[in-house]
Amino acid sequence: MKWLICLYGIIWRELLRFFSQRSRFFGALVRPLIWLLVFATGFRAALGLAIVPPYETYIPYSIYIVPGLVGMVQLFNAMQSSLSMVYDREMGSMRALLTSPLPRWYLISCKLLAGIVVSILQVYAFLGIAWAFDDAIPTLGYVTVLPALIANGVLLGGLGLLLSSLIRQLENFAGVMNFVVFPVFFLSTALYPLWKIREGSDLLADICALNPFTYGVELVRFAFYGQLDPVSAAVVVVAGAVLLGCAIVGYSPSRGLIRRKT
Amino acid sequence: MTPALEVSGVSYRFGERLALDSVSFTVEVATFTALLGPNGAGKTTLFALASRLFDCSEGTIRIFGGDLRRHPGAALARLGVVFQDQTLDLDLTVVQNLRYAAALHGLGHRDAARRIERELSRLGLAERRNEKARRLNGGHRRRIEIARALMHEPALLLLDEPTVGLDVPTRRDLIDQVHRLCRDDGIAVLWATHLVDELDPVLDRIVLLHRGQVRAQGRADEVLAAAGTADLRCLFDDPATVAP
Repeated sequence: MKWLICLYGIIWRELLRFFSQRSRFFGALVRPLIWLLVFATGFRAALGLAIVPPYETYIPYSIYIVPGLVGMVQLFNAMQSSLSMVYDREMGSMRALLTSPLPRWYLISCKLLAGIVVSILQVYAFLGIAWAFDDAIPTLGYVTVLPALIANGVLLGGLGLLLSSLIRQLENFAGVMNFVVFPVFFLSTALYPLWKIREGSDLLADICALNPFTYGVELVRFAFYGQLDPVSAAVVVVAGAVLLGCAIVGYSPSRGLIRRKT
Repeated sequence: MTPALEVSGVSYRFGERLALDSVSFTVEVATFTALLGPNGAGKTTLFALASRLFDCSEGTIRIFGGDLRRHPGAALARLGVVFQDQTLDLDLTVVQNLRYAAALHGLGHRDAARRIERELSRLGLAERRNEKARRLNGGHRRRIEIARALMHEPALLLLDEPTVGLDVPTRRDLIDQVHRLCRDDGIAVLWATHLVDELDPVLDRIVLLHRGQVRAQGRADEVLAAAGTADLRCLFDDPATVAP
């Protein structure tokens, strides 16, 4: 019971902070909406997309891009959570969490889950606006996508936690945005399908195929249509577990890098 | 009787620098012990180890007999900590901060609400409960941090230079409150400071830390007698003169 109360408390605090920071909420929505309403509209006529699973017919670009933008919302939320962890560590409030009697791995996992809850709220707010713009996702897809969002949240949240255990100072975070977030997003199938990228460059397509975020986007894409892509699911789950495991080691009292920064 | 805190042969290195060198001392139940030392003596490192922010490389730390490294959960459940840097979430209200701390210790809603009211009343902050921590002054923030550290009813309270940045009356008030906790509730207190005027030389025990080593420990008046001085400041100004 204590463990559940602790989980509830960490999620509750994260939600309180999220709702008290309205600019964070609007910032999280504006970014993908600009891509959807401006970028996708512009490319709608220029970019032709062949029929590829899970789609059973030709689709406009604005439909194709939605799973990628969902991934973008989750990726940026994970980075926001990571930034928040670094800030908490520098400001000292992380210590309140780390001196809880519950195991460190559990506390870090709770932080991850809290970040996932916030990211899912952001995703559904985005999907609500996207639905008003172009209602092309099956109604049931809004439900079947939920497990994929959770799995993707573990993958990206794990990455964020790992980064937060590695980053020494808050000032270094801008570098992370440039060297981690943008390559992760652009070197994936978020904006173009893999076959389209391969038409331009085999090397780029191979890099995209090695990027776990690609599989997170595809997992979401298939889930919108009530389908499970087993390869994507396997990559997301394994990569998520590895990243979370590394983050837990990073915060470990005996081996972690936290010892140098607290 | 088992000591509240037992530090045995603890050493810790930051790279090449030895921050703590075979530190050993005890804090007895229901006593106020001051960890005295100048800046850089190793007090904050010791607090980080005693609250298991990270593990010590050598030695053991026991809280009421339980090894902190082997059984951290049981040990941390009996420990309350007030860190040197303020650690409140400034965007949350006083009650929200305390409720979060209660949840981290697994306290249910009803139990947490009861303890929050009790601690806020005890520390004279009941009327500030719904204010954001950001709007409180330094003294009030410190009291809230103490209230937070007491939420799970610890038997040992660690405070790392809690009076830094406070004016003299607020400092005095805070020290008196912590002494009352020690006397009335039987809580063992380890109070790190570099300000000797925060001590009661007759009632308090001291552990004198200098360059990562314990130079002296015992009741303050006994340590003074052994060092051949009547003024704590002499002891503090040149701790190297006290035999380890």
